[in-house]
Amino acid sequence: MIRTPLRPLARILSARQKGENPDVIERENLAKRNEGLRDKARRRAEARLLFLGLAFVMVFGTISLRMGVMAATDPVEPTSAATGAEIVAQRADITDRNGRVLATNMVTHALYAQPKIMVDPAGVAAKLATIFPDLDAATLERRFTDGRSFMWIKRVLSPEQVQQVHDIGDPGLLFGPREVRLYPNGRLAAHVLGGASFGAEGVDSAEVIGTAGVEKMMDDRLRDPAQAGTPLALSLDLTVQATVQEVLGTGMSMMNAKGAAAILMDVNTGEVLAMVSLPDFDPNDRPNLPTEGDPSDSPLFNRGVQGVYELGSTFKIFAAAQAMELGLMNPETMVDADAPMRWGRHLIKEFKNKNYGPLLSVTDVIVKSSNVGTAHIALQIGGVRQQAFFRSLGLFDATPIELIESAKAKPLIPARWPDIVTITASYGHGMSASPLHLAAAYATIANGGIKVSPTILRRTEPMTGPRILSEDVAQASVDMLRQVVTRGTASMGEVPGYAVAGKTGTADKPRPTGGYFDDKVINTFAAVFPANDPQYVLTVTLDEPVETSGSEPRRTAGWTSVPVAAEIIRRTAPLLGLRPQVETLPLDGLTAVHN
Amino acid sequence: MKSFLYVLSALAVLGLAFWAYRENYETQASLREVRKLQNEIAGLRESLTIQRAEWAYLNRPDRLRDLATINFDKLGLLPLSPEQFGHPQEVAYPSLALPGITQTFDVQGQTEEPLP
Repeated sequence: MIRTPLRPLARILSARQKGENPDVIERENLAKRNEGLRDKARRRAEARLLFLGLAFVMVFGTISLRMGVMAATDPVEPTSAATGAEIVAQRADITDRNGRVLATNMVTHALYAQPKIMVDPAGVAAKLATIFPDLDAATLERRFTDGRSFMWIKRVLSPEQVQQVHDIGDPGLLFGPREVRLYPNGRLAAHVLGGASFGAEGVDSAEVIGTAGVEKMMDDRLRDPAQAGTPLALSLDLTVQATVQEVLGTGMSMMNAKGAAAILMDVNTGEVLAMVSLPDFDPNDRPNLPTEGDPSDSPLFNRGVQGVYELGSTFKIFAAAQAMELGLMNPETMVDADAPMRWGRHLIKEFKNKNYGPLLSVTDVIVKSSNVGTAHIALQIGGVRQQAFFRSLGLFDATPIELIESAKAKPLIPARWPDIVTITASYGHGMSASPLHLAAAYATIANGGIKVSPTILRRTEPMTGPRILSEDVAQASVDMLRQVVTRGTASMGEVPGYAVAGKTGTADKPRPTGGYFDDKVINTFAAVFPANDPQYVLTVTLDEPVETSGSEPRRTAGWTSVPVAAEIIRRTAPLLGLRPQVETLPLDGLTAVHN
Repeated sequence: MKSFLYVLSALAVLGLAFWAYRENYETQASLREVRKLQNEIAGLRESLTIQRAEWAYLNRPDRLRDLATINFDKLGLLPLSPEQFGHPQEVAYPSLALPGITQTFDVQGQTEEPLP
């Protein structure tokens, strides 16, 4: 840059000649130079400000444009991202304890029509009526031509039906994709699974929601997208469940019963390995709730969980176990069993007005199933302690099993608990509980006294509930139950090799009008096996059975439930991997030897 | 020198533009491919669930039971029963290794008739 001199020689010399002060010229030039510098600095600052401003405008403009674009466009899945995390199914599968499928989903289609774009409504209606016999051609045609622009025709189509409808080839017939719940095993475990139906429905998809059983109870878990890929494992064993269902069905028809229920439970974990209630239904085609008649006669009714019955003499072991736990008695203590027993205006009698008395040991009270003996044991315990014991066994509350029906199936407990209730409850009358309650209570005795809360979900660790009975008392109780089978009322329950222990119970059915039926009973057998190392509890309940092979019809559990339970144990115990404990003769001493 | 740099940068811009153009189309092609694959995966998953459902349906216990009953003469299958548990002593052990051949014979000759 060419610098302008502050004191240009020519001007200085001429100023000196004129006698002027040359410093004025210098100051003038200095001022001029400063002015120039100032202008330049301002211009630069202005340019910078402008640049900065533009930069801000561009940045914020870009951001707001991007926001606007994002807000205005439809969301799109990031297609380039790695796959694997996306939702596999709308609803998680349900499997048995070994991973065999009990419930899964199938993609199929729903059929709807847009009559406005239909070419030949009459022809379409006629062809649809031939594909779906339940549709009426005239009704369809009327609805196709009444001016509506949309209508559903079928909620679920099989793949074959989709093809047939497709072959009609009318543009007014349209398909919406549907995921439907499929129960490949049909009636098996129907009451446990419950069923599923559609919730909110749209053209492109429909919600699948559980309507009963574990499907409804675990609905949130099954619909959780994060867990849709992991199946829900139930505690049921498919093979065992199928066997129990088969044997119980045969037994029910042989004993002429109108209903039956069986529950097989692992005593250490509280897992229900099989739960069958007959009559049953197909959850793929779940019948509607009955609108008339007794709901407990409907096939939808789960007798194992919802059926609260007076379970009869199966309760007697609770009185004996509690008396031993309190130290009041031991198995050999003699108790008064002189029948009939008079209590106030009530008369306590034995089966067929027998008299086992005057004295019976506690073991024999159980073995002979003496009502009077149990009543005396219960009176020694007292109503307050008896109630507390029943409550600790879970007989006063709904079972915590993961089935939606269980919460409503509360045991029927008398509001007041006078001594007569103490007496009747001790032999299972006057209060009602479900077979599942009974199974859980027996499991508590069988596993050495730890409280069992039944579950339908697979559980790996044993129960850690509170201890209710000491191990000695629990073992003594199981020994008593074993004697019921070896020399008592359940002699038909003996299964060679499996040391079955158990207690029968026969309760008259209460009349709806009050009092009891003479010829309608509920027969229950609660079994524990094998008695020397209890692993499983089985309860078999038959509704109104009658055994007619003899000269007169027999209605006691020993003749009806017990043989059915024995056959169930004989068939399922090997499936559960239980080896029969048989005294095997040593084989001929044939061993491989070297010569 | 300056003009050479100008030409060089112009060429570079041209080259980069061409590269970006091609990358853009390649990306779009890849995205299309991914979409296609994802649709295929979804379709395969769908058929997998159907196959699994069908497998479970064909293996349902009552069907297997009926099949075992129908084919009893060929298969001889019966429900598992306690009697079928064996004892280790009942297992036939494989015979021990045969003793080695110590004496050898030379065999020569011809059978009178060819073996059938």
